[in-house]
Amino acid sequence: MAEQMYDAIVVGSGISGGWAAKELTEKGLKVLLLERGKDVKHGIDYKTATKNPWEFPHRGKRTQQLIKDHPVLKRDYVLNEANLDWWAHEDDCPYKEEKPFDWFRGYQVGGRSLLWGRQSYRWSDFDFEANAKEGVGIDWPIRYKDIAPWYDYAETFAGISGSKEGLAQLPDGQFLPPMELNCVEKDVAARIRTHYKDARRMIIGRTANITVPHNGRTNCQYRNKCALGCPFGGYFSTQAATLPYALKTGNLTLRPFSIVRRLLYDKDQKKATGVEVLDAETNKTYEYKAKIIFVNASSFNSTWILMNSATDIWPDGLGSTSGELGHNAMDHHFRAGASGTVEGYDDKYYYGRRANGFYVVRFRNLFGDKREYKRGFGYQGSASRSGWGREIAELGVGADLKNALAEPGGWSIGMTGFGETLPYHENRIYLNKEQKDKWGLPTLVMDCEIKDNEKKMRVDMANDAAEMLEASGVKNVQASDDGYTFGQGIHEMGTARMGNDPKTSVLNKNNQLWDAKNVFITDGSCMASASCVNPSLTYMALTARACDFAVSELKKGNL
Amino acid sequence: MNRREALSSVALLMGGTLIGMDALLQGCTSSPMKQVIFSADDIGFLDEIGDTIIPATDTPGAKAVKIGEFIASMVKDCYDDKQQEIFMDGMETFKKLCKERTGKPFIENTQAQRFEFLKTLDAEQKARSKNSPHYFRMMKELTLFGYFTSEIGATQALRYIETPGHYDGCLPYKKGDKAWAT
Repeated sequence: MAEQMYDAIVVGSGISGGWAAKELTEKGLKVLLLERGKDVKHGIDYKTATKNPWEFPHRGKRTQQLIKDHPVLKRDYVLNEANLDWWAHEDDCPYKEEKPFDWFRGYQVGGRSLLWGRQSYRWSDFDFEANAKEGVGIDWPIRYKDIAPWYDYAETFAGISGSKEGLAQLPDGQFLPPMELNCVEKDVAARIRTHYKDARRMIIGRTANITVPHNGRTNCQYRNKCALGCPFGGYFSTQAATLPYALKTGNLTLRPFSIVRRLLYDKDQKKATGVEVLDAETNKTYEYKAKIIFVNASSFNSTWILMNSATDIWPDGLGSTSGELGHNAMDHHFRAGASGTVEGYDDKYYYGRRANGFYVVRFRNLFGDKREYKRGFGYQGSASRSGWGREIAELGVGADLKNALAEPGGWSIGMTGFGETLPYHENRIYLNKEQKDKWGLPTLVMDCEIKDNEKKMRVDMANDAAEMLEASGVKNVQASDDGYTFGQGIHEMGTARMGNDPKTSVLNKNNQLWDAKNVFITDGSCMASASCVNPSLTYMALTARACDFAVSELKKGNL
Repeated sequence: MNRREALSSVALLMGGTLIGMDALLQGCTSSPMKQVIFSADDIGFLDEIGDTIIPATDTPGAKAVKIGEFIASMVKDCYDDKQQEIFMDGMETFKKLCKERTGKPFIENTQAQRFEFLKTLDAEQKARSKNSPHYFRMMKELTLFGYFTSEIGATQALRYIETPGHYDGCLPYKKGDKAWAT
């Protein structure tokens, strides 16, 4: 057992962990950044990023072997031959589904920052106030004004492109120039705005793809291969953005293959003193000590670490005194929406592969609208011309078919809603000591489901989308609900929520663990509600804010 | 493919059928995988079928992209047992039917005869419900998929730019301009 001392330890190198490492090192702290998986070096380890489609043996399609080997990953798009290395293997890290749950994890340096959808939206006070106003869950301990400057800060560094819209429910930010809607999207957006008298708005997605050179990174090249890693640094990832800045300080030690088994806790000081690390390659155990610890292992894994910590004092783990640790798990439910075909644009096309689409801003249960369910949803979608994959009824085989398919087909447009899931106490994760992972560590049981509120919302998600498309002249409109499994949104949230009261929450308003004030959790576990917008930008802002607080407390001698 | 693209595929599926993808996106079979074997003759035979579906015009045809090898590898690696069975049986049915209808093996037919024969097969597969895939639908799907995602297909029959560098959402298009490969 080796022992080393740092000022701070950051557990996890994904979006929020990368931010914590950057902020803490830039404030002069000596930081150990622990990552359970392998290293992925920017550019160098993006092995498929510059491959052409024809260089993949099955052109990116999944083989039966892949399907057989990946019973969980096969459930969605994540299973493919292009970037499989970056999705955690379910054999190594199993989990139990008390109820169906898709858990798609990224266990490598950069975590899912390499893989994320990059949509970046601010929360508003409609989100922060909703729990208190509706008596759902517990009140958020912060409001928009508390986080707004940190959104500014996070956006300014990360580089978020988007348009200013002046909408109260989706506050504007410090944007780089927006990407462009294509002709069809532009016209549909204009018709929706007119038809609904400005109450509904289709805008270009706000994305962490940079549209101009930014902080030494090259702007997005419109290759739409983000999930293979971007050699240009065109989108925000740990590798492209936060890690280089943390390394530049000379204060960072990055240790891959480091599974944090538990936090070390001193009951006399009521503080964590460090972490116990299991080396994923050698199976050797190490201890590292630090004054403060940021746990950014991803929503459920951060909670897993707490559940395994200080169990001699609290059987259910560090942070369990409120009885809420592991509870109130959330995701965004999606895959209900509509699509159709668009006539009259055969003389229009586009250039470049835009790794972004349009966004329809939440309009339900706002500004006097009242539905039979709480909260709301936004839509993501795009319009495009079909390609060679389309069926041409009158052409069977031969030169005519080939020539026809070499030209673009008609336009279609589609969108899917992303809906808010309420925080239900009974939606929970808990430790499974019977089932062990590859390293002999206990695993998790997922016991989560969507309920009436979400199911009612899904009806609107499909119907409202169809109605909007029809109102804007789209033909052959089909509403659909393609089904949703909890976790499929890959927006796991909750299980260690923030709050005002240690009796009902795990973390305080500064993301500080009530039961150990030098432990901070700023990934998705801290969320007390889910909003309907993509969550990662909020984790960035909360992380930067908590780092600022932690260092100032440290300097004051309070930690 | 991200979730947004997955959705646009759905959108396409509603307008017409997204040929090539539906058989490949289906879930797994739990039975152990059988090894299907394609002989050199089979590959040559599939090359000829592919080249009739996508012939050389002012750009190379499917044979030029080794479509036979590609089809064989997709059937071997990506099709499930049931789909493999339909495909392998289908090759035999194809040969038999061809002899019955044209009096000769496919390869001995002229280009025009091959074309006519495949046209009738395509009409038959189009009439078939999607729930019971026709072997010729598979042959056609794999040919189109293999051809248009090949280097020749993507860069000569279609247009492909690895690094577009910028985005323009509204460009004039005139009939005859090629589609983007991706």
